[in-house]
Amino acid sequence: MTTPTFGDPLSAPFWEAARRHELFLQKCSNCGVARVIPRPFCVSCNADTVGWVRASGLATIYSMTTVHRSMSPSFAAPYINAIVDLDEGARLLTNIVDGAGCRIGDRVRLIWHARDPAPPLPMFTPITGKH
Amino acid sequence: MGQGRSLEKSVYVTGVAESPLGKVADHSELSMMAVAAREALAESGLTLSDVDGLFVRYRSTEPFIEHSVELGEYLGLQPRYADTTDIGGCSFEAYIHHAMLAVAAGRCDVALIAYASRQRSQRSRTMLDAPDDYTITGQFEAPYGMLSPIGQYALMAARHMHVYGTKPEQFAEVAVAARRWAQLNPKAWEKDPLTIDEVLRSEPISEPLRRLDCCLLTDGGGAAVITTKERARNAAKLPIRILGAGESHTQWHVAEMRDLTAGPGAVSACEAFGMAGIRPDDVDFLEPYDNFTSAVIVHLEDLGFCKKGEGGAFVEGGTLGPDGALPSMTSGGGLSYCHPGMLGLLLLVEAVRQLRGEAGPRQVKGARIGVVHGIGGKAFGSAATAVLARE
Repeated sequence: MTTPTFGDPLSAPFWEAARRHELFLQKCSNCGVARVIPRPFCVSCNADTVGWVRASGLATIYSMTTVHRSMSPSFAAPYINAIVDLDEGARLLTNIVDGAGCRIGDRVRLIWHARDPAPPLPMFTPITGKH
Repeated sequence: MGQGRSLEKSVYVTGVAESPLGKVADHSELSMMAVAAREALAESGLTLSDVDGLFVRYRSTEPFIEHSVELGEYLGLQPRYADTTDIGGCSFEAYIHHAMLAVAAGRCDVALIAYASRQRSQRSRTMLDAPDDYTITGQFEAPYGMLSPIGQYALMAARHMHVYGTKPEQFAEVAVAARRWAQLNPKAWEKDPLTIDEVLRSEPISEPLRRLDCCLLTDGGGAAVITTKERARNAAKLPIRILGAGESHTQWHVAEMRDLTAGPGAVSACEAFGMAGIRPDDVDFLEPYDNFTSAVIVHLEDLGFCKKGEGGAFVEGGTLGPDGALPSMTSGGGLSYCHPGMLGLLLLVEAVRQLRGEAGPRQVKGARIGVVHGIGGKAFGSAATAVLARE
């Protein structure tokens, strides 16, 4: 493995996949637990059988908050922070893009937020009738 | 009641003091703790030379500071037992727990707890995490522009509303109750009358939380002394017994929180109430960590004052205010009295004064058992609870 240019040695595959617009999760083939934050072994069942799987990018909004006072030059208020439940079972903090009128429980799909030179960031947007 | 009978010795809070509060221009953090420590020790009939245990955190601008070592040097102490555990605002409830055990076991005899912050004067508080991209926060949390910790608490409040139908008006009830107590406390930062409507009309920050759902940002600090009754035989004030204490540590990142509607307080309170041999019905008043109005509603459920999901209805009609069924935030709390970054020690100061019967116009009549309940972390990731009693 080369020295990662972003992230830490364990999360390097996550960010390499992100550059290809693929959302990777660490999954334990013994107990089935999926995680966003990778561990050196499965801290749920103690097995070494952790590997990377590609997530479908489909998720459900678990909670969300519209931010009205931006503290960051990167974000113009209002914008939406959310926690989504990925269909594969892991939970991710993210932003909902074009999410006006969105509610907890709504279905959302993965999009990628460019931020060169850092790898793109996984974000989500509402699933419209076409998807 | 169990009366903490699992301890070899009964342990007491024998002295408490606030440091200068609000906007503090004529002190450093270290001098704030020194003046509070001297006052708390004087209440205990002791002086600095009696202190052999130091339980301390404070806001320092020096990186890698060793809190117990620097404050020990400043006060001329050489403690044989110390703790600088950082679990956020409830570190000080954890110190009650740890100091109680250390004193009971004889690892130290006179424990001094201290805190100070000049976050307001120093303008040192930021709501944006800026860790480097090697850290988990820097990779998976900070890039999303969440206001920390308001964003985490907003996500919890939104989920509570979704699952249980909790209403913003019910969050506002908490702010109004705190303000009514603050109007009875000469040291409170905010004393103007406040209505539910005014809370609901205040600026939205991170929905559903508005400006008046959020705690103050002030300077402040304090000190407390924990020892045995024997060591405090010359105490100027009534020693207050520690009946029980407990804590729980769960997660740092909000997406790792299993259930956004329930906090670690359920475990910390179960431990503390179990050790004390009490039930919620036995509690005369509560000092909950009110960094956000919505958090108080979760505390009430976690601690068993009402069922999960019923906290919103529980606070309606002034339940937490003066003359309410469960007097809470009796100083005015972090919402209206003082919130110097970490509130936990000031919750203890107020609880002890209530139990001694010296709270003046805000005195809870007949108060014999009080609970201090702190939380910490960016996202409800830690909690510590202590049960205190007037003997």
